[in-house]
Amino acid sequence: MTEAKRKRCLLQGNEAIVQGALAARCRFFAGYPITPASEIAEQLSVRLPAVNGTFIQMEDEIASIGAVIGASLTGVKAMTATSGPGFSLMQENLGFACAAEVPCVIVNVMRGGPSTGLPTSPAQGDVQMARWGTHGDHPIIVLAVSSVLDSFTITVKAFNLAEKYRIPVIVLSDEVVAHTRESVELPLDSEVKVVNRIAPGMPPDWYKPYEADTRGVPPMASFGDGYRHHVTGLVHDQDGFPTQNPQEVEKFHLRLSMKITKGLSDIQLTKKFHMDDAELFVVAYGSVARSAMRAVEDARKAGIKAGLLQLITLFPFPRRTLTPYLQQCHSVLVPELNLGQISREVQRVNQGQCAVVKLNRVDGRLITPQQIYNRLVKLSAGRVS
Amino acid sequence: MSMHRESGLHRNEPQKNDSQRYEIRFSGSGGQGIITLAVIFAEAVGVYSGKHVCQTQSYGPEARGGKSKAEVVISNTPIDYPKALGLDLLLAMNQAACDAYFFDLNNDGILVIDKGLVEQSPTSRVVAIPFTHIAREEIGQEMTANMVALGAVGLLSGQVDLAFLEKALLAGIPAGTEGMNSAAFRRGVEEAKKIHLAALPRSVACEEVV
Amino acid sequence: MPPSIQALTHKYFRHNKRFPHVWCPGCGNGIVMGALLRAITRLDLEKDEIVLASGIGCSGRMPTYLDFNTLHTTHGRALTFATGIKLANPALNVVAIMGDGDATAIGGNHLIHAARRNLNLTAIIINNSIYGMTGGQYSPTTPFGSTTTTSVYGHIEHAFSISELAVTAGAAFVARSTVYHAALADQLIEQAMIKPGFAVVEIISNCHVQYGRRNKIGNAIDMLTSFKEQAVTVKKAATMEEEELQGKITIGVLADRDLPVSTDEYKRIREQARSKQEGK
Repeated sequence: MTEAKRKRCLLQGNEAIVQGALAARCRFFAGYPITPASEIAEQLSVRLPAVNGTFIQMEDEIASIGAVIGASLTGVKAMTATSGPGFSLMQENLGFACAAEVPCVIVNVMRGGPSTGLPTSPAQGDVQMARWGTHGDHPIIVLAVSSVLDSFTITVKAFNLAEKYRIPVIVLSDEVVAHTRESVELPLDSEVKVVNRIAPGMPPDWYKPYEADTRGVPPMASFGDGYRHHVTGLVHDQDGFPTQNPQEVEKFHLRLSMKITKGLSDIQLTKKFHMDDAELFVVAYGSVARSAMRAVEDARKAGIKAGLLQLITLFPFPRRTLTPYLQQCHSVLVPELNLGQISREVQRVNQGQCAVVKLNRVDGRLITPQQIYNRLVKLSAGRVS
Repeated sequence: MSMHRESGLHRNEPQKNDSQRYEIRFSGSGGQGIITLAVIFAEAVGVYSGKHVCQTQSYGPEARGGKSKAEVVISNTPIDYPKALGLDLLLAMNQAACDAYFFDLNNDGILVIDKGLVEQSPTSRVVAIPFTHIAREEIGQEMTANMVALGAVGLLSGQVDLAFLEKALLAGIPAGTEGMNSAAFRRGVEEAKKIHLAALPRSVACEEVV
Repeated sequence: MPPSIQALTHKYFRHNKRFPHVWCPGCGNGIVMGALLRAITRLDLEKDEIVLASGIGCSGRMPTYLDFNTLHTTHGRALTFATGIKLANPALNVVAIMGDGDATAIGGNHLIHAARRNLNLTAIIINNSIYGMTGGQYSPTTPFGSTTTTSVYGHIEHAFSISELAVTAGAAFVARSTVYHAALADQLIEQAMIKPGFAVVEIISNCHVQYGRRNKIGNAIDMLTSFKEQAVTVKKAATMEEEELQGKITIGVLADRDLPVSTDEYKRIREQARSKQEGK
């Protein structure tokens, strides 16, 4: 047998998500057709059965995520992909996955909203919904992709985090990233680091399905492997059974939150460009981060000490990464394809040291490098000592 | 909204297109195979030549029957902004596309038009080749006009090895149509060879302001 | 000899853990639970290979008490989770237990598509014509004219027949019983569980607390007695005129047909996909 070699290929963002999911050993997809995410379902319908996986098109999006959770409970890595309207419909079961700690990945290829909105135009309007869409306090991980290569690596990362922390992970893409083709060299499956959920090590009689390890994450048994247990969306005790005991209810909430807090350094991903000596910086994510990178390069050429902090992890919001730069810089510019969803997070963690400036575009078009560059020029003018 | 406003660039603003980047827009109407062209071009450049490439397209109802456009950005370094900032080459396969996108062309960019379908060129710095006529009369299939254009753009852009481009073309079309498409492609290259770019006016804008 | 109640409770209950249960004295849910356990015992199924999934409502609590792989999902969505479980691990024997509001109002779309899809699943729908847990509001099976907490002036909508809906939507097996006809219920559940394809068992049940009382039918015993009086077998119903069948409950097997089962069909898809990939 000849040794497999990396192949260079031209892929769309949505195709790279498919490749990433397969590389992460995703073996189940349930979804419902929606623009601009449908390519993910179409390709997985062809490829999953070939690797002994399963594809199913459900009757709607809440059914899709229900099936995904069901599949994950049997030990199979599972995902769904949708866009804004479908993501709205999924929210109730998303909360179930948070509460019952069922690993799964939900891709939301964002399009213009609200409602049916602009089905074929890019937007970043679902950022706060990704964080708070389902009711009640809950932990969640939200990642954003900005390129075709990202779409691969971040999808793998999403599955790994989902498995490691027993949590639904949301991958936010947008119409630009989803449909841009780029030449990429993807790692071989054998080169991809894959994390699997921890299975219980004790005999079935001793198994307490929600008794956590030191990380705050309980080992997870699969339906059918002898560890008969109960899974519910009701607040439950360590045994997995419903409880209203105030002490147990509080413990349930605090552990769900704590397991994420304990993993922050592992979960919070950012990329930095020209940040070391920056006097002002841009916080951007998704396709807008690419416009920002160009604008920052151009600003540097014009003698402006600008930097870019690109957010991969949107939630839990990477406060600790931002703080030093909010102290170091006089201004931070937050360009977004919405009316200010991450800028409010930046404002929240800013303790008054830094001017937080929004740059918003909601006309269905991508923010251009020029728009960001112009704002950087304005912000730096009068500040130069 | 015209495209130059969409990209936020006006001709009097500094061109931020550095020498690393080469930008092509393929345009025409839905059904002319515009997006196929861009994908084949991107494949040749990005996969076979190993350069960095970003390919985008207009996506939505207008891709079916209305205006159709697709872009390819080529660079030796990783590409940040994935869409065109200032075009180095614009292929316009009909008048509407030519009118809509001409203003995104750099001053020293090349306008390539279908001689039969674009009646009025906005500049004399133009390469006019009757792609559709050649496809219909010589190849015998009007739908291969895009492949004639591919050959011409491949040569005129100077961005890609023509052998790679033909290889990508053969990989991207339905089986059984290779002969016809190859012939169309080669006819495009042949036509483009007759063009002397240096003999064209130096700027698309030289006659713009009266 | 059928197993004693004691033997069943010892074998299948999560004793010491989750009792007393939440159901009102006289509730039909217990009879359905007993019927399910008798069916499972007769089929001699391993507890490890059974998944019991429920939605929300009084019926939704049943899995909590039973020592299987159990899942208490969101309102109306039991069949969607069950679909994922069955597809991902076809070796599991998956039963969804639902109420009338659960399965046919909020989950109505999932029910008809599960029936159309014909996965190898069993759906048990306990139909008590009311939302009991939330305080007695009208459901899709509440009869015209009934009094409920949201129809105090008399219900002005029409009830539909769950079983007829399932037949029309394409379920491979559809049967109906009542909680009075407990022995029939366990036979039908047993048949449903061995039937390849999507099988629905509707069990007419009593909510004397929320429905019987408000509609002057009486207590649990009165309601069960009324089921006894209303019931006609499928065989007998076939000989009756439509007017005669008004107010009657037809019990027995309403549909039993052999259709391609999508869980099995998917195996063929996998083979096709594999050979196509290998051919590349």
